[in-house]
Amino acid sequence: MNRDPVLSVSGLSVTYDVDPPVEAVRDVSLTVGQGEVLGLAGESGCGKSTLAYAVQRLLRPPAEITGGEVVLHDVGGSDVDLTVLPAAEMDRLRWDQIAMVFQGAMNSLNPVLSVGDQLADVFTRHRPAMRRAERTETCGALLEMVGVGANRLRSYPHELSGGMRQRVMIAMALALRPRLLIMDEPTTALDVLVQREILQEISRLREELGFSVVFITHDLPLLLEISDRIAVMRAGRVVETAPAADLYRHPQHEYTKRLLGSFPSLTGERGDFVRKGGVTV
Amino acid sequence: MLTNRKSVTGLVVLGLFALLAALADVVAPYGPLEKDYTALKQPPSATHWLGTTHLGEDIFSQIAYGTRGVLLVGLTAGVLATVVAVVVGVSAGFLGGWRGESLSALSNVFLVLPALPLMIIVASQYDDPSLFLVAAVLAITGWAWGARVLRAQTMSLRSRDFVQAARANGEPLWRIITVEMLPNLTAVIASSFVGTVTAAVLGLTTLAFIGVIPITNLNWGTILYWAQQNGAFPDFWWWYVPAGLAIALLGAALSLISFGIDEYVNPRLRSAGERARSRKRLQKKRTKRSPA
Amino acid sequence: MRLLLRRAAFYLFTAWAAITINFFLPRMLKGDPVSAYLQKNQGRISPEAADALRTLFGLDTGKSLAEQYVDYWALLFSGDLGRSFSHGLAPVTEVIGAALPWTVGLVGIATVLSFLLGTTLGTLVGWFRGGRGDVIVPVATFFSAVPYFWMGLIAIAVFATGLGWFPASHAYGKGTSPELSAQFIGEVIAHGTLPALTVVLASLGGWVLGMRNMMITVLDEDYVTVAQAKGLSRRRVVFAYAARNAVLPQLSSFALALGFIVGGTLVMELVFSYPGVGKLLLDATTAKDYPLMQGLFLVITLTVLVANLCADVAYAALDPRTRQGES
Repeated sequence: MNRDPVLSVSGLSVTYDVDPPVEAVRDVSLTVGQGEVLGLAGESGCGKSTLAYAVQRLLRPPAEITGGEVVLHDVGGSDVDLTVLPAAEMDRLRWDQIAMVFQGAMNSLNPVLSVGDQLADVFTRHRPAMRRAERTETCGALLEMVGVGANRLRSYPHELSGGMRQRVMIAMALALRPRLLIMDEPTTALDVLVQREILQEISRLREELGFSVVFITHDLPLLLEISDRIAVMRAGRVVETAPAADLYRHPQHEYTKRLLGSFPSLTGERGDFVRKGGVTV
Repeated sequence: MLTNRKSVTGLVVLGLFALLAALADVVAPYGPLEKDYTALKQPPSATHWLGTTHLGEDIFSQIAYGTRGVLLVGLTAGVLATVVAVVVGVSAGFLGGWRGESLSALSNVFLVLPALPLMIIVASQYDDPSLFLVAAVLAITGWAWGARVLRAQTMSLRSRDFVQAARANGEPLWRIITVEMLPNLTAVIASSFVGTVTAAVLGLTTLAFIGVIPITNLNWGTILYWAQQNGAFPDFWWWYVPAGLAIALLGAALSLISFGIDEYVNPRLRSAGERARSRKRLQKKRTKRSPA
Repeated sequence: MRLLLRRAAFYLFTAWAAITINFFLPRMLKGDPVSAYLQKNQGRISPEAADALRTLFGLDTGKSLAEQYVDYWALLFSGDLGRSFSHGLAPVTEVIGAALPWTVGLVGIATVLSFLLGTTLGTLVGWFRGGRGDVIVPVATFFSAVPYFWMGLIAIAVFATGLGWFPASHAYGKGTSPELSAQFIGEVIAHGTLPALTVVLASLGGWVLGMRNMMITVLDEDYVTVAQAKGLSRRRVVFAYAARNAVLPQLSSFALALGFIVGGTLVMELVFSYPGVGKLLLDATTAKDYPLMQGLFLVITLTVLVANLCADVAYAALDPRTRQGES
C-alpha cells in the first residue's frame, strides 16, 4: 500500500538540556502516508510525546531539537522543513495543516472560556475573513459532527463530561480540516465504553474527511486494531516499523515481542498470562 | 531550598540584623539616648556615622538599639500568631463538620476585620505596654491569614492516602496530626511565620510612628516619630531616611526568605529558573529551531 | 447560586460579629471617660443624646447585658452612633460622613489603579520569564517592604517641599470650601496626586510579584500549550488563556488585602493631613473621643466588608466555575 507521504521525519533528535542531558528522541525516522493511520507505541517515557511535540515545534526549554528534519509535503508538491521555518510561518501552518489532540482533555481546555469561544478563536486566527455569524454556525456544525451538539457552544469545560470534552478537543483539532492529526493518548483517561465511541467517531471522520493520523499510545492491542502501520519506540529510538498485521504475526525486534507478550489474551488457559508469561506469537 | 539564591540573601540580611541587635552594646558607639549638646542636628560624620538628632543623640546607635525592639516584638508576635494559626487552622481542616466550619468562620472574621484600627484602639488603652503586650496585640490581628492557608492545606492532606491509612490503623488523633500531618505542613507553616513577622514589623513601626505606642519602646518607628515631631523634614534626611530603609531592608529580607520557601513548595516556580537559564543558552546558540 | 448564599451568609455573620465586637469594645476599655464627660457637660447635651451615649458605652447599669445589647442594635438601626466629643457634640454619623468620601475616593482609585497596573506588569514579566524583566523581582520585593508612611514622607520632602510640584498636605487649599467647581476639582486633584501616587507605588510591588508567580504556574498548564499549538497570536495566548486564569487567585488576595490597605492608608492620611477617616480615627484617639472611635471602627469594618463583597462578585463574574455552586 503505497501512499503519498504527508510527513517525513528523518534523523530527528531531541535533547533535554538539563544536568546531565537527557536524549529523549534519538535519530528517529518515519513517514506518514496520505490517509493512513500510523500507530506510535511504547511504554511511558520512551519519547513518543516528545516526538509529537517536536514535530510541531511545541517544545519548550530545556528541550530542544538537536538534529534531523521534519518535512511536510504540501498538496501542491512543495516540501517544507518545519524545523527551520520562521516562527510566523509556522504559526500559520499550525492547526491548518497539522493539528493535535492532547492527552487529558481535563486540562487541555481553558476553564474560563466557553467551548464555543475556544473553537471560534481558531477561525478568528486562521480564517480572518469569516464573519461572526458564519463562525458560530461552523462551530456549531463541528460540535454536531463529533456528537456533542451545537447547543453546547456556550457551555464551559467543567460542565461537560470527560468523554464530551475529548470530543470537543477532536472537533477543535478538525476545525480547519488539517491533513495530519496527531493524537496523544486520546482515550487513555476514559472508560472503555467511551473509548470505543471515540474511536468509532475518529474512524468515521477519517473516512469522511480523509486525514492522516498519528496515534500515540502505550496500548499496543488498540493500535493493532486501528492502525495501518505501527512504529514501536523504546528509549527514544524507533526499534521497529511495520504494517499492523505483520507486526502482530511476525515481530522482528526483541522488544516488540516482549511488548506484545505483555498483554493478556482473551483466549488460552486461565492464569497462563501471569504464570507462564503470556501469549507468544 | 537553602541553596536558593533568594532565600540565602534574605537569611544573610536577617542574620546581619540579628547580629546588630545582639551586639548593639558593642557595635554602637553611643547609648541610644545619650545626648551630645555640642553636636545638634549634625549630618553624618566620622564621629556620628548617621548624624545626630535635635538633642544630639547618635542616630546610628538608635538604629542599632532599635533593632532589638523590632526583632523581639516581630518574632514574638510571629510565634504567637503562628501557634494560634496552627491550632485553629489544622483543627479546622482536620475536624470538618460544624466544628471545622465554625473555626473557619472565626478565622474569616478576623481576616476581614481591619487590623490597624483595632490595634490603635486597643494599644491606646495602655500607658506603657510591655513588649509582650504589643506583640500579643499584633498577633491577634495577624493569625487569621496563616490559619486559613493551613486549613486549606490540612483539608487536602486529610484526604491523602497515608492519612486514611493511619486512621484505618486506629492511630490516635493527636498522633495523626503531629506525626503524619505536621511534617508535611512545615513549609506552609514556615511561610506563614515569615509573613506574620513581616506584618508584625510593619505594624509595630507604624504604631510607633503614629505615637500610639509610647516612646519608651525604642524601635525604628519611634525614631521616625521623633523625627517628624521635631521638624526633621525635609532637610535633615539622615534622621529619617535610615530608619525607613532599615524597615524596608528587613521586610525585603523576610520576603526573600518567603520566596525561597514558596519556590520550594511550588516546583513550577523553581523550574522556571532552570528553564530560564536554558533559554538563555538556546538564544546564545542562535538556533532557529526553537518556537517563538 | 448556592455559593452566593454561602458568601452572603458569611458576610452577614461577619457584619454581626463586627457589630458585636464593637459593642463590647468600650466595655473592655479602661476607665470611663464617657461618664466623666457626661457629668461635666450636663447642661449642653440633650437627654436623648446622653441616653444614646450611655447605651453605646454600657453605662446604663440598670439594664442587663442582653437588654443593653438589644438597645444597642436599636440605636444602630436608627442611624445613631452617638455624639462626637471632639467635634462639638456633632452626630458621629455626620462627622464620619464628611470624611468617608475622601478616603474611599482616594484609596479606592489608587488601589484599583495599583492592582490593574501591577497585574498587567506582572503578566508581562511572568510571560517573559527569565528575560530582562526578571530584574523586577528584587526591585518589587524591596518596594513592597517599604512602609507607606515612610514613602509618603520622602515623597513630600522631595516633590512638595523640595521641588514644589505638589501641595504637601490636605485635600484642598485652605480657605476653599467644597463645591462643584472646576477650581475646587483642580485643587482636589493637585492635592490628591502625591498621596495617591504613594499608595500606588507602595502596593504595586506586591501585585507584580503575585501575578508573575501565578503566570509562571499557569503557563505550565496544558491549555496554554494547546493555545500555542493552535497557532494563536501571542497576545491572545497571554491574555485570554494565561492571564485570565492567573488573575483569579490575585482577585482573592486583593479582597483579603483590603484590610491591610485600610491600615496603610490610615497612616498615609496622617502623613498628608488628608481629611479622611484614617486621620479622623487618629485624632479621635488622641482626643479620647470614644464615641467617634467606636463609630469609626464600625464604619471602617463595614466598608471593608462591602469592598470584599464587591471583589467576590467580580471573581464570580470572571470564573465560570463558581457559578456552578462549587466552593
